[in-house]
Parts: sequence; structure tokens; C-alpha cells
Amino acid sequence: MTYTAGVDVGSTQTKAVIINEDKEIVGRALIDTGANVMAAAEKSFAMALKEGGVGEEEVEYVIGTGYGRYKVTFGNKQVTEISCHGRGAAQMFPGTKTVIDMGGQDSKAIKVGKNGDIDDFCMNDKCAAGTGRFLGAASMVLDIPLDDLGGVSLKSEKPVRISTTCTVFAESEVLAWLGKGKKVEDILWGVHLSIAARSIGLLRRIGIEDEVTFTGGVARNTGMIKAMEDGLKMKINVSEDSHYMGALGAALFALDHIFAHRQPIQAGA
Amino acid sequence: MQITLGLDIGSTYSKAVIVDQEYNMLARFVCPTGHKLKEVANKITKEVLKISGKSMDEISYTITTGSGRHQVDFRDLQVTDLTAAARGANHMYPGTRTILDIGGQTMKASKIDENAKVLNFRLNDKCASGTGAFLEKTAKYMGYSTPEIGSLLNLAKNEVPISGVCAVFAESEVISHLSEGVPPEDIMYGAILSLTKRCVQLMKRAKSGPEYTLAGGILRWEKMAEVIKNEIKHDVNVPAGDLPQFIGALGCAILGHVRLRKLGLAA
Repeated sequence: MTYTAGVDVGSTQTKAVIINEDKEIVGRALIDTGANVMAAAEKSFAMALKEGGVGEEEVEYVIGTGYGRYKVTFGNKQVTEISCHGRGAAQMFPGTKTVIDMGGQDSKAIKVGKNGDIDDFCMNDKCAAGTGRFLGAASMVLDIPLDDLGGVSLKSEKPVRISTTCTVFAESEVLAWLGKGKKVEDILWGVHLSIAARSIGLLRRIGIEDEVTFTGGVARNTGMIKAMEDGLKMKINVSEDSHYMGALGAALFALDHIFAHRQPIQAGA
Repeated sequence: MQITLGLDIGSTYSKAVIVDQEYNMLARFVCPTGHKLKEVANKITKEVLKISGKSMDEISYTITTGSGRHQVDFRDLQVTDLTAAARGANHMYPGTRTILDIGGQTMKASKIDENAKVLNFRLNDKCASGTGAFLEKTAKYMGYSTPEIGSLLNLAKNEVPISGVCAVFAESEVISHLSEGVPPEDIMYGAILSLTKRCVQLMKRAKSGPEYTLAGGILRWEKMAEVIKNEIKHDVNVPAGDLPQFIGALGCAILGHVRLRKLGLAA
């Protein structure tokens, strides 16, 4: 059996995925990127190999993606995360036309054509407003683990209106609302709505076409899924592996490479 | 003798000033604002009274400014930050035509006339880059507290480019510089250079000219004023010591006397 790997080195977390020839994920790993980007790439790869019970020598091709893709020193090639997210989403949900990827420091809206090709995209590259960091700030200020934010927010009945755009100012706005005696769930739901509004603005710039697939680490957040569906007034595709979508896309590109370069078996040889 | 109180409840720091009829500053006090605005207003008032040796009954008029100006129950009047800073700057430097006020969460450039009337202004309150928060964050990423920024800056030898597009993105930039062995003081210096570029753009948009007066807490750091001076290629007025932070509160207290005269209540 031949295996390929995709390693997605994000600003906040690093993801690695090992797939087999049938495009099935056999191993995955997720760790914090931290300051040593190269080490994070190596470690996540090793962990994914271990989880899949795959030996390093069995992995024929490795592609790095994400902002730290050039630090995947053992990778054979680099592909942008835009292409990888589009490819991963199209593989997992073949009806995907639009992808919204919410990461730790950036959000991307991607228009996907046939076979997961990228037709258009736009991203927030100037400012961290409306990204996972906004949730990170809320999590820190409210002292609620990141993974619990969505659940808590869904209890809200009367969301507050978060007026700040800047993630740095959001911290003080959250505190100010707390000081005014607002409930934590109402503040949090307000935070989710504000991020959703910004992300939908990003999506509008490329045009929203059904089906929409939600990828990136923030897609694990149930509150965010609800806020996006409410805002878009449609169902969106979310997978348990949404976090690994970029890494999966990279591994699929690696598989393409192998198939393209495989020598045809000579008849009678 | 009549005295007035000026309170500037800013997003990050709260300032109180007491002045007499001749506009002499009798006392001043500053502390972090926190999130209980009413409490901090009471606290700085109590402290500034204590320093001046006066009691609350002796205060003839109280004017407030800053983002928390409406939260002070005992105020007689509130004015905008721009009005307050214009009056304070005009008192310290009567030739002031442009005020650049860099606060914790806002940056304001205003054009004023010889009577401290605001003619034009531009502000940034949507984004932390270009405000004190940007420098605080940069320092924090490197393990320094806000009061340490000034002395850190004095050690800077080289400038390191910091894009300064977003205070959040600056974190990755700072970390990558640190991992390459760039000294923290040079990174900090790069951060104030990037902030200064934003200030200058804002001043240009306010269509302002000399004399320039700088206000706001971060101007306590000598390096900051020096960098702005180089960038606009013109001399700037910077109040001595910790005074840049008190321009707004001072303006309020002075406006209190103006108000008393207008009401026919001046002694």
C-alpha cells in the first residue's frame, strides 16, 4: 500500500494527515504550532504516522501547506492552503461550491470549481478581526476553554451587540459587558454573531453558492456553525475532520503527484 | 479662591486634575481605568483632592471627558476628548494648531484655531494598530510590562521593520524576530516607527500644520516624540515629564473656569 501525507502548519496549530491510495485518512495529528515551527511540523507528522501505524518509509510523498509550509523541511513540495482547503472540502463534500475556512489568524472565502479547482478567493490578510483569535481573546478574558465557547454561547437568549472590529479592543469590550452585568452566554453569542457577520461579508465578496463547506479549526465550534447557518439562512457542510481539511487537501495533491508519475506497468514485462 | 476639577476617564487610564483661577495645576493623579468606571472616577477624585489638600465642597465645577465621561455621576458637564485636549494644549502652547493625541485605544489628530476651537479632526478607534494598545501588546509578547517600554526604547540601536498592519499579526512578527536573535529593544523601536507612520498619515488627513502639540500617555517616552519629530520633519511641543497624559484633564478643569465665568458664578 502506498501512503501520502499532508502537513498543514497554521499560525496557531499544526495538522498532519496520512492517507492511503483510496483517499482514506489513516492517521491524523493536531498540535500547537508554538515558536519552533519546524519542530511542530516534524512532531505532528511523527504523531500521525504513529496513529496510522504507518512507517515513514511507506509514505511516498509529503506536501506542506499553511503559513509555515516552507518549514516542512521533509516535505517534497509546498501548496498554498487555499488550494488545499478547496481540494479537501471537495473530496469530503463533492457538492462544495463555496468554502469558508476560519483559522487562528485568518479567514478565507474560497470559490471552488470542478474537481476542487479554485475559481476565486478572498481573505483577511490585513487584520485579525473575525478570525479564531477573536474567540481566543474571548476565551481568555472569560476564562472558558476554547472548546467550550460554542456550547456556552448556544444557551443565550439575548445576545449583546459586539461593536468593536479589532480583536484587541474586543477583549476590553467583553470585560465592559461583564462589568455591566451581562450574562456570559449572551456576550459569547454576540461574539459568535460578530465573527459570522464578518465571515459572511468575506463570502459575499466572492459570491455565495450552495453548497457551502465550513473548514478550519473554528469549524469545531458548534456555536459558530449555528451562527453561520443562521446568518447564511442555509445548511452548511461540516465534518468532524474540518480541522484537517487543509492537511487532507495537501495529502490528496501528494497522491495526484504519485499517480501522475507512476510508471505504467509494461505488458509482458 | 475658586478651584475646578477635570476628569479624563480614558479607555486605559483615568486622569484627574485640579486647577485654580489662574489655571495653575494644583494637583494631578492617574491610575489604570479598569472596568468599574464609576469607582475609578471616585478614586481619582479622592486622591487628587488629598494631594491638593482640598475637599470636595471647595470644587466649584467638574467637567469630564474620555470614553467614560458619561459614567461620572457628580459631573457638572462633559466634553469630548477633542474639546478637552484642544483647551489643554492651547493653554500650554498657545501657538498650537495641530494636536496629535495617542491614547490607549484611539488616535486623534485635530486642527485647532487660536481660541482652541476644533476646526477639523480625524480619528482611528476601529483598530488597535496605531494606538497605545499596539505597543502594549508588542511589549507583552516579549515579556515586558507597559512601564518598562520607555527604558527599553532607550536601548534601541537598530530599527527592525514591524509591518504594524494589525496588533494581533504583530505577535507572529515579534516571535519570528526574537527567534532570529533580534534584541527586544530594536523590535520595540520598530513598533513605534510603524505607529508613527500611522500618526503622520492621520495628521495629513486632518489637513493640519504647525505648531504641533503631542498629547497622550505614550508621549512620556522621549523616543516617541523624537521619532514623530523626524517623521514630520518639524519641531513638536511635548509637555514635560508625565504631563502629556494630563492634557485632556487639564483642558476640562480650565473649561470649568470658563464655564463659571459664563454662568456669572466666577468669584
